[in-house]
Amino acid sequence: MQVTQRAEAEAASRPPTAQKQAAKTGTLRRLLMRPEMGAVAGAVGVWLFFALTAGGRGFLTLRGTANYLEVAAQFGILAIAVALLMIGGEFDLSIGSMIGACGIIFALLSANFGWNVWMAMLASLAFAILLGIFNGALVLTTGLPSFIVTLGTLLMIRGVTVGTTRLVTGRTVVSGLGDLPGYDAIRDVFASKLTIGNAGFSIAILWWLVIAALATWVLLRTPFGNWIYGVGGNPQAARNVGVPINLVKIVLFIGTAVAAWLVAMIQVLGARSADVVRGTGTEFTAIIAAVIGGVLLTGGYGSAVGAVFGALIFGMVRQGIVFLGIDPGWEDAVLGAMLVIAVLVNRYVRHRALGVRE
Amino acid sequence: MSAAATSLMDAMQQEERRRLDVPRGTELLRLEHASKYFGSVVALEDVSIDLKAGEVHALLGDNGAGKSTLIKILSGVHQPDKGRYLVEGQEVHFTSPRDALARGIATVYQDLAMIPLMSISRNFFLGAEPTTGWGPFRRFDVETADRISREELLRMGINVRDTAQAVGTLSGGERQSVAIARAVYFGARVLILDEPTAALGVKEAAVVLRYIAQARARNLGVIFITHNVHHAYPVADRFTILNRGSSYGTFSKQEVTREEVVQMMAGGDDLETLGHELEEFARLDDERVGRMLPSEAGAGAMLQEMGQAFVAEGQEAERETPPPR
Repeated sequence: MQVTQRAEAEAASRPPTAQKQAAKTGTLRRLLMRPEMGAVAGAVGVWLFFALTAGGRGFLTLRGTANYLEVAAQFGILAIAVALLMIGGEFDLSIGSMIGACGIIFALLSANFGWNVWMAMLASLAFAILLGIFNGALVLTTGLPSFIVTLGTLLMIRGVTVGTTRLVTGRTVVSGLGDLPGYDAIRDVFASKLTIGNAGFSIAILWWLVIAALATWVLLRTPFGNWIYGVGGNPQAARNVGVPINLVKIVLFIGTAVAAWLVAMIQVLGARSADVVRGTGTEFTAIIAAVIGGVLLTGGYGSAVGAVFGALIFGMVRQGIVFLGIDPGWEDAVLGAMLVIAVLVNRYVRHRALGVRE
Repeated sequence: MSAAATSLMDAMQQEERRRLDVPRGTELLRLEHASKYFGSVVALEDVSIDLKAGEVHALLGDNGAGKSTLIKILSGVHQPDKGRYLVEGQEVHFTSPRDALARGIATVYQDLAMIPLMSISRNFFLGAEPTTGWGPFRRFDVETADRISREELLRMGINVRDTAQAVGTLSGGERQSVAIARAVYFGARVLILDEPTAALGVKEAAVVLRYIAQARARNLGVIFITHNVHHAYPVADRFTILNRGSSYGTFSKQEVTREEVVQMMAGGDDLETLGHELEEFARLDDERVGRMLPSEAGAGAMLQEMGQAFVAEGQEAERETPPPR
């Protein structure tokens, strides 16, 4: 007790101005050291660039905004789940083929086997959850890097999906979903447009924002979020203090699988058809968006908000180049450059966060 | 899962209350005639050690002396093959570090204690986060975590500017101290500190030694593992010296001088003799320098310096290590 009183007395005797100043620099520094700061600045920069160059070609209109936000929303849903998993220290490349698989399962069950669309949707979701558990269990039991393990499951899932779909339908595309009973209702949930002014905003944007809020809440305001950072930052230390690291990782793998399922539903119901190759390449775009958003490749650091802005940059660059009317090939060049810059900025921020002592 | 974490936290806080009731000098734990074998390798043979409340007990020994095996038995990682382990007079059979933790025995490892990229308060409560709210809105109580970690660090004499700053920004000594403060807050009555000063400079080591003395003042029992006598001697009340798996015995500070402890640790050899021998090697090497490759030419001089440093270390550390409090 004596020790406490002495400490309190010491705290009280410090000059109040010094305290205030410390708090002020602390807040500013904390803001600058947020993992998503680079991505926020990048998003503003990209928006300004296209506002200046493509502003007259519709980039600034409500319709143009709805356009790039819709693209960003699908990237974003995946990027948020991938960011959480990467903060937890793992990768999931299998989402690239999971989108195709989930979409095909929904389409086959509803169109070819006559299931109720809602039941088919739930079956597809259950399949995604099982795949997530499978990925997590495989990574944890083998102890192999998840990059390699999920690269394996990426190919396996795609192969099985293509093979099975051909076996059942003779093709790799299942179409004509628009005629199914109950289609309109389920499309309202996943792929409707909300009209604001003269533009139709995809409901995927709403999903994206809700998931972003949920992920941010989990990361910053729940014990589970603390465990995610701990598991990614130093699994041994986290285990020593009683964090169930296997459970945390499996839940995160389920998270990426469910995000892939959601994107599959959005795409399939929007297009009225399912294609086995849907989602190809998203395994990398999601990682790139997360990294641009400030997530460290080595785990233990990052945010969901960063992934949101990383995906926003993706959407703006992809659609902005269309508005500009130049060859879409430039998109990859821009994004590649942004990725390298982002990694450099992240490294700098991390060094600042760890190295500076005033 | 979080229910388990919460109940562990409750158990630990009950221990905190109990700790204050225990009179100073009460025996907290005792290991009697413990032996541990790994296959045909004898890691420990007939070692006994005990610890009282409000005491710092230094466990000294060179590399390979059996220090880590002994602390792994005390912290519940290993079980002794022979001998008895008593906590407050009751025989115990720990099967995991969690068992030991629930009895108030906390181990702070040198490297595995903290997560550098996480904030101080998040590290402090990792695995035992305080929560507020109800049902699905039950959430990590960040404000309480910040407040408690700040208070607990102040009680250890550490004044952090901002508990949201990453642990990686702290110095090695401060990091050890946060780990110690954490263990104390969660009700540790026995602190086992594994080489807490090993990777630290002289000043930083002094910081950690001060916190060890502070933990003793709060009536904890501390087992302080080190191979550096100059760190152990100022702060410890008793010494147990291990050599090749066996114990030389336990000595109180009144019984032995620093030099005697050093001698026992080195297995009877006089360190000063060793220092002179190193210098002798260096001279012999210098004679051969002409035949050496240029890159090896510096080795003789280096060896000579090492010899001198060895002799000088004793006196130097005496000057720079603060007196015990």
